[in-house]
Amino acid sequence: MAIPGTEGHPLRVAVVGSGPGGFYAAEALLESGLQVEIDLIERLPVPFGLVRFGVAPDHAKLKSVTTVFTQIAEDPRLRFFGNVELGRDLSAEQLGALYHAVIVATGAAGDRQLGIAGEHLAGVHAAGDFVGWYNGRPECADLEFDLQQEVAVVIGQGNVAIDVCRILASPVDVLRRTDIAAHALDALAQSRIREIHLVGRRGPVQAKFTPKELRELGTLPGWQPRVDPAALALNDASQAELVLPGFVHAPRNLDILRGFAQTPADDGRRPLHLHFHCAPVALSGATRVERIELEAQALSGEPGAQSAAPTGERLSLPAGLVLRSVGYRGTPLPGLPFDRVRGALPHRDGRLIDTGGEVLRGWYATGWIKRGPTGVIGTNRADSVDTVTSLLADLAQLDTPKAGRAGLLAQLAADCRKVVDFDGWRAIEQAEAERGRAGGKPAEKFVRVEDMLHAAAVAEAPQSRERACAR
Amino acid sequence: MTHVVTDNCRGCRYTDCVASCPVACFHVNEVRVYIDPAVCIDCSACIPACPVHAIVEEFDLADDQQHWIRINAEAAQRYPVIRARLPPLDGADARRQQLGL
Repeated sequence: MAIPGTEGHPLRVAVVGSGPGGFYAAEALLESGLQVEIDLIERLPVPFGLVRFGVAPDHAKLKSVTTVFTQIAEDPRLRFFGNVELGRDLSAEQLGALYHAVIVATGAAGDRQLGIAGEHLAGVHAAGDFVGWYNGRPECADLEFDLQQEVAVVIGQGNVAIDVCRILASPVDVLRRTDIAAHALDALAQSRIREIHLVGRRGPVQAKFTPKELRELGTLPGWQPRVDPAALALNDASQAELVLPGFVHAPRNLDILRGFAQTPADDGRRPLHLHFHCAPVALSGATRVERIELEAQALSGEPGAQSAAPTGERLSLPAGLVLRSVGYRGTPLPGLPFDRVRGALPHRDGRLIDTGGEVLRGWYATGWIKRGPTGVIGTNRADSVDTVTSLLADLAQLDTPKAGRAGLLAQLAADCRKVVDFDGWRAIEQAEAERGRAGGKPAEKFVRVEDMLHAAAVAEAPQSRERACAR
Repeated sequence: MTHVVTDNCRGCRYTDCVASCPVACFHVNEVRVYIDPAVCIDCSACIPACPVHAIVEEFDLADDQQHWIRINAEAAQRYPVIRARLPPLDGADARRQQLGL
């Protein structure tokens, strides 16, 4: 049998998920020099994953990476299949039978819980849901966040936690010029939040946010970041970590935090308190969350491997809105192995492995579902290059003839599945831009799948506009 | 705002940064790489990727490093884009040690 990727025998690959990991995997395949046929399968009618639904609306420059994704999608060897979901419309078994290789790039949309008393009280939310809500993610469009509260507590030490603080504290006139979802803009325009606490278990050196995001907290009109100088005193191990490779952002973060700590408190501005070495231990309230109990933490251990342990000292804060951002988790995919500890797919060099450590031939992973929720957009490009390098090394074992795209189209047509291709997405994009124009926004996103499908003007699956699908 | 490649890159050219650039903003010559400020989207993925800490956000440049902004902008016009990792230059590891990294 011919090795796929050679003349007349295209390497047929399905990439599942059209966020950064998926697009960069597609790009690496397109640039491999082989004959390829790539189908990019996306659960929603719209592409770009967390660039659309995760990156904050006021970070337009970061969002402009979609220009690169669009160029990748325009390659005639790639086809976008929006509104098609692994597990719902196609089983893993079906997909594996259709393609020489499947690259899973579905991300990590589930959130980690705190595991403390009162977590299920009204007013306590996953920060990821709040992000999805202001970014118009369909699953989050109907959520409600009570912004009539005066004190918000955000738990976490990464860029998501900072994004959430910044959106809560941003002047609505700034947000009005972004593609923030209309329902979120309306709620934020009425917000009564006048105090924000950002709470994290570890110290300033171990915090995961980037200096760029941290610095932005100091530029919010009407708000003042406040840090207790004592929280910035470093133990010997933290001091040693400042020069370790895994802590490359820490020295600048520390400089920025020292700047915040040295600025005298200005009562004319609303406080945004940054608490380090503090872990939430309980949430309480009569009908909804009213208070949060924190316990002071002390770090100990070798540089690079410190852990936080409670000191016994407690602090209680009022809390009308609590948003936790203590990590994302991938969700298991039907028919594929899953590592519940990491919340990701088990793999070796990007090749999926089963519980016995055996490689699942033809199955690969990239992005957050592979390595967990770490890194920024560009991190996924290097990661996808690594995964595709593994795939290309396996070509000799992937020589079973496969139906590829023709098989997928036939399957979707038989099921009367409504598929959004890239032209369909462009129609959605254009309609969103038109909706935004009236209000001076770059776009007013559709937040309902039905509205996206309507804008895409999809009839039925391509090549299947027959009576059988006339419903 | 942009990111800039400073002097540590010269003679190393590890190019780990290039693989993690989402927008192909790196340009390369015989001795080092540069960032095109018109293309960089400030994602910062390249900063931790660089083994010799050559890449800095414009905002964080020391006063005596400001000239790198102009050097990167001009060189990016002159040299070709690099999108995939290259082997480091001969002597890269020696220079890295010399830099104390």
